[in-house]
Amino acid sequence: MLSIHTVRELRDYVLDVTLSVRSGETLVLIGENGSGKSTVLNLISGILTPDRGEVTLGDRTLFSSEGKTNIPPENRKVGHLFQSYALFPHMTVAENVAFGLRCRKVPRPTIAFSVANQLRVMHLADLADVNVGRLSGGQRQRVALARALVLNPDLLLLDEPLAAVDMRAQGAMRSELRGRIKNADIPCIVVTHNLRDALELGDRLCLLEEGRVVADGTPEEVLSMRENGFIESFAG
Amino acid sequence: MLWRAVLTLLTAALLALFLLFITLPVASLFLRISPEEFLSSLTEPVVLDALSLSFVTATVSTVIVVLFGTPLALVNARRDYRGRELVDTLTDLPIVLPPAVAGLALLMAFGRRGVVGQYLDLFGIQIGFTTLAVVMAQVFVASPFYIRQARASFEAVDSLYEDAARTLGASPGTVALRITIPLAQAGLVSGAILSFARALGEFGATIMFAGNFQGRTQTMPLAIYTTMQGDMNAAISLSIILVVISFAVISAVKIVTRRKY
Repeated sequence: MLSIHTVRELRDYVLDVTLSVRSGETLVLIGENGSGKSTVLNLISGILTPDRGEVTLGDRTLFSSEGKTNIPPENRKVGHLFQSYALFPHMTVAENVAFGLRCRKVPRPTIAFSVANQLRVMHLADLADVNVGRLSGGQRQRVALARALVLNPDLLLLDEPLAAVDMRAQGAMRSELRGRIKNADIPCIVVTHNLRDALELGDRLCLLEEGRVVADGTPEEVLSMRENGFIESFAG
Repeated sequence: MLWRAVLTLLTAALLALFLLFITLPVASLFLRISPEEFLSSLTEPVVLDALSLSFVTATVSTVIVVLFGTPLALVNARRDYRGRELVDTLTDLPIVLPPAVAGLALLMAFGRRGVVGQYLDLFGIQIGFTTLAVVMAQVFVASPFYIRQARASFEAVDSLYEDAARTLGASPGTVALRITIPLAQAGLVSGAILSFARALGEFGATIMFAGNFQGRTQTMPLAIYTTMQGDMNAAISLSIILVVISFAVISAVKIVTRRKY
């Protein structure tokens, strides 16, 4: 279970978000560009620090302004997928996936085994030695996901996971992604602009406006709020 | 139509004239000496001493510049702290400072009666007019060439890669070693090459702070200056070597800075 209460002053407004996500549950964050969706993910994974508040994951406190706790991002065990995937351009597919394990000083044979296994599950085995610059959008997405999942994270944060994937491949990638998230059985937050993502990946939908949660419920509940301008255009 | 032709012609003429101005003197070095004379002067002790001293000192000073300059450039590229602009200005200073001023300044600091040197002298440590002084003069004048280039290369690395590496379990040190430095590698190497070249060509600060002793402080530029008063062939031979190195440096920088990613 992930619970967060974070406050941070941004350029245009004060972000003040309180959320919780259960294990095995997927929360989809929607909202206008600049409403603070990616910032929320950065505050949870530790790339940004809240001005005050608390972030707890299971029985671990990742951040607490009162308890003066701020676990650095490398020790949070949070899988964070960036919109552009941020694959390391100077490494092959296998080196990218092995990166986190090598940082954790896992013995080499174990790394080789885990990476090979992860690549096989993600249908990337043939691409192991390919430089990531030569991959398609869908392949890059799978490498980024493999790189995060190989570490068995306690939480998964996905920022526009399918935005860089071909339109035609999106449907298949989406159901594959859904399967991976369900398998991992951890809390998951997905940021998206895509209605299909919201409907197919989300157990819950959360609407952010200028750094505040203005709606939180099942996709059906939230999408029926037609009086809201963003929902009106989002649900088409 | 006519005007355009005239303009093109004029531009071409200016370009040709300028290229001639650069290449003619360099070519003259090669025209004034026969290959046999060149080879035989390469065996003269004064030439050999200068060659080996120059390569050793320039290599050592480049290593020092890289060791100290890399963390400094990384911090200045990534951290915002009070006084960062001042640090930047100070590290750039040796580029515009006349080498003679740099040499005198070093002498005033580390010479026998210098601000620091007088205390070192009490322990019997002398820096002025030693090979160490040559290295110090080179580090002083050559460091900005590396540090500027290194900072620019670090700034060009997208910090998203560093963020991603952190979430994957990399400590800040690991991020620097495994992500930022490898991604900035081309710029760092070309900066180090430029710094090496500047160290190799250092003259003014060296002669003021380290003096001009064959085998100890007489680097190639100093040997050229000294030998041209008697043995012109030795001076020309050393100059030709420096011209060849300069060409190699420019080519090397062009090759390493070709975009890889």
